[in-house]
Amino acid sequence: MTLGALWFWIVAVMVTVYVVLDGFDLGAGAIYLIAAKTGDERRRVLRAIGPVWDGNEVWLLAAGGTLYFAFPQLYASSFSGFYLPLMMVLWLLMLRAIGIEFRAHIDNPIWQSFFDAVFAVSSILLCVFFGAALGNVVRGVPLDSTGYFFEPLWTNFRLGDQVGILDWYTVLIGVVALVTLAAHGSHYIALKTDEDLGRRARGFALLCWPLQFFFTCISLVATYFIRPEVMENYSRHKIGLLVPIVVFSSLAVMLWATPKGKEKIAFVASSLYIAGMLVGAAFALYPVVLPARDRQYDLTIASTSAGVHGLSVGLIWWTLGAILALAYFAFVYRMFRGKVQVGEGHY
Amino acid sequence: MDSALLIHRLHFAFTATFHYLFPQLTMGLALLIVVLKTIALRRNDKVYNDAARFWAKIFGINFVLGVVTGIPMEFQFGTNWSVFSRYAGGVIGQTLAMEGMFAFFLESSFLGLFLFGEKRLSPRAHWLSAVAVCVGAWVSGYFIIATDAFMQYPVGYYKAADGSLQLASFWKFVLNRWALWQYAHNMSGAVVTGAFVMTAVGAFYLLSGKWIEHGRIYVKVGVIAGCIFSILQVFPTGDKQGKLVSDYQPVTLAAMEGLFRGQSEAPLLILGQPNEERGKIDNPLEVPGMLSMLTYRRWNAQVRGLDAFPKEDWPGNIPLLYYSYHIMVGLGTFFIAVMGIALLLLWSGRLYSARWMLWILMLSAPFPYIANTAGWMTAELGRQPWLVYGLMRTEEGYSKVVSAGNGMFTLLGFMGMYMVLGILGLFLIRREIEHGPAGPEAASPFLAATEAK
Ligand code: HDD
Ligand code: HEM
Ligand code: HEM
Repeated sequence: MTLGALWFWIVAVMVTVYVVLDGFDLGAGAIYLIAAKTGDERRRVLRAIGPVWDGNEVWLLAAGGTLYFAFPQLYASSFSGFYLPLMMVLWLLMLRAIGIEFRAHIDNPIWQSFFDAVFAVSSILLCVFFGAALGNVVRGVPLDSTGYFFEPLWTNFRLGDQVGILDWYTVLIGVVALVTLAAHGSHYIALKTDEDLGRRARGFALLCWPLQFFFTCISLVATYFIRPEVMENYSRHKIGLLVPIVVFSSLAVMLWATPKGKEKIAFVASSLYIAGMLVGAAFALYPVVLPARDRQYDLTIASTSAGVHGLSVGLIWWTLGAILALAYFAFVYRMFRGKVQVGEGHY
Repeated sequence: MDSALLIHRLHFAFTATFHYLFPQLTMGLALLIVVLKTIALRRNDKVYNDAARFWAKIFGINFVLGVVTGIPMEFQFGTNWSVFSRYAGGVIGQTLAMEGMFAFFLESSFLGLFLFGEKRLSPRAHWLSAVAVCVGAWVSGYFIIATDAFMQYPVGYYKAADGSLQLASFWKFVLNRWALWQYAHNMSGAVVTGAFVMTAVGAFYLLSGKWIEHGRIYVKVGVIAGCIFSILQVFPTGDKQGKLVSDYQPVTLAAMEGLFRGQSEAPLLILGQPNEERGKIDNPLEVPGMLSMLTYRRWNAQVRGLDAFPKEDWPGNIPLLYYSYHIMVGLGTFFIAVMGIALLLLWSGRLYSARWMLWILMLSAPFPYIANTAGWMTAELGRQPWLVYGLMRTEEGYSKVVSAGNGMFTLLGFMGMYMVLGILGLFLIRREIEHGPAGPEAASPFLAATEAK
């Protein structure tokens, strides 16, 4: 494997870790208003994600930084091309963070209801935006010979030459993401809380299941339909078959484990499902890193990666940094393990 | 100026300036909280522990604002400066990625433990989590400064065949001498901010006769730290920064000092308004020969003025650069004076009852923010017209695909968003100060709020 390819997989894994981790707190936000009814329940949801959400979000920054470092040209093209949606993602991330952190500062029902809504709505929109972003990457963007592009938010919602960020396909993927993360968040809340709240979260996860199954199938078919090239790597390398196996068996495990109250297994299965879908997408793209609508302008690993010396030096410190990060995460999650207690102070 | 260029510059300048209002307090307070926690642990002193917990609440609010305004910074290299990112990303991507891997993970993981975990951790482990947060914040500062330093003084790179810059020597790049001094100066500035804020809150408590015991601790710790770091700010760190600028960016130095014409026995200008049209300073108040002395350690040394350089290499906004620099230096002098006097009073045991001094200390809290911002404006305006000094001009680096209209839209969006964030932040911090250091139960900002009803 070349150095560039190695970094491609490192970035792909970091993005996956980001979605699995921040996914559960985004999903918790998505179901927040419906699943948590009383003030006490809302506080418990926030307590379940409070000590970890910022750390989870750092995976986004670290993945972004690593992308910048390993593939500067990809970072430059995609970030300027997706200018408007990225800025909106930034605003949503801000609103969400203050929704979580500032809510409890003032014990006033109006203040708290306002921040509840801010937290829930921004979480929902972020799920959809992240899904749509993935949809854009799979569908391809209007790159030209300069290696840059600029996409408006939408054009006519069809897949012509003049695509926008939102069209029927990317909206579909956005919906898949919303359903998936809402289920993921439900599994997490079911795992971390008990009583009515825990039961309701479990019920919600069950409710999401048929939707998740349905939209997964639709999205796979749609992807094949708009971009048949995605099958090339799968037919060339048999190892790719692992992806659908993981995806569908995780779905099956979720269906089995959730009603039985085996929350840990269900949560792990949901994580594996997300990982399977994302790694599957990366596998389909490889070695393209950002497909163009016109295939000759595809950005690839070779055309976007940084110099060899930089990439090799990076392997050393990245490995060290990743070991440290995993150690901190293991420690923090251990410290806050178990169900959130009612009497316990925070949030 | 091309209007898209102008918008992208304003976009970055606005968001960076706003962002840096928070990290300076984060980094400064983090150190002071470690000091409080250490004293609490060593003397087994409950009041110091309560003091650390009180400051942790303010730290928590400030940290959230630092995080949410920091994330856009990371993105903007790509969104607004994509040509620059493509050009220099092979080098500066290193430090930006390392910042995430080594600093943000550390900081965010242990902040959760520090704010939420006091009951679950032993005192020593809780102290350790405070240290980890501090180390994370300070390491983060280094990586971002090293990034900036590369733009000021590029080293450790080579030019690849496609024209982009790539890493040639990791250590040369990471241990850039510019970065080392800039870091020392900048971090010392952050502690100055933390110290002034802590002192001001203490002075407020003493003046209003509330939380006297805490007020004294804050004033004491704040004044001692403020005095040490105000001095470090000027010497050696500020002095060394000035030397670097004079060695590697002589035209910047000339503009900072308002030296239009080169001369020997160059005077140091204390006051005066640069008059670019006539190429001179109006109403000058100067110390003869001082500038020659400070830059070359000789009274009669020849200092090059702006006239020694082609006009297209002059920083674009000379008056603003000049004022920024003079405001920073003027405030630096003021800080030493204020903290010096306060320390003498503290020494002689009169500070806690010297109301006039407490008033001054309370009202001085905004000045370090102004000095730090002015310092950054000096650095960034002084770098103009270069984006990477001597290698890429600012007008070449912005995202050509993002039109002025789209840039304006998001700039306005950030302005609105930041106005709300700023008001919320001030409101919540003011509230915490009003509540004062609550009892031992206030293990986190969030708990304090729910229990103080
Ligand atoms: C509390 C804040 C503060 C104070 C009192 C001072 N500075 Fe400063 N200065 C900064 C905060 C700062 C800063 C925000 O930290 C800067 C901006 C960029 C940087 O790395 O540090 C800076 C940059 C900076 C530069 C670099 C400009 C460039 O890169 O082009 C010089 C030459 C000085 N300072 C010199 C001084 C001197 C001689 C001071 C004596 C009084 C002084 N500063 C006080
Ligand atoms: C250390 C991290 C920083 C980096 C890497 C950085 C980088 C940049 C970049 C890429 C630009 C746009 C290009 C240009 O106009 O030259 C810029 C402009 C600017 N930045 Fe920074 N910046 C940093 C920190 C700061 C901070 C903390 C402040 C303020 C407190 C600041 C103030 C400004 C200003 C005022 C401009 C506009 C200069 C102009 O357009 O004339 N920067 N900086
Ligand atoms: C323009 C360049 C800058 C970028 C790209 C940037 C990036 C970021 C990001 C992404 C965060 C959030 C981290 C998290 O989620 O925990 C952050 C916070 C932080 N930044 Fe910046 N930043 C810039 C300027 C600066 C400067 C000049 C400093 C100081 C030297 C600084 C120091 C910090 C620190 C200590 C934090 C921790 C959180 C806090 O202080 O509130 N940053 N920055």
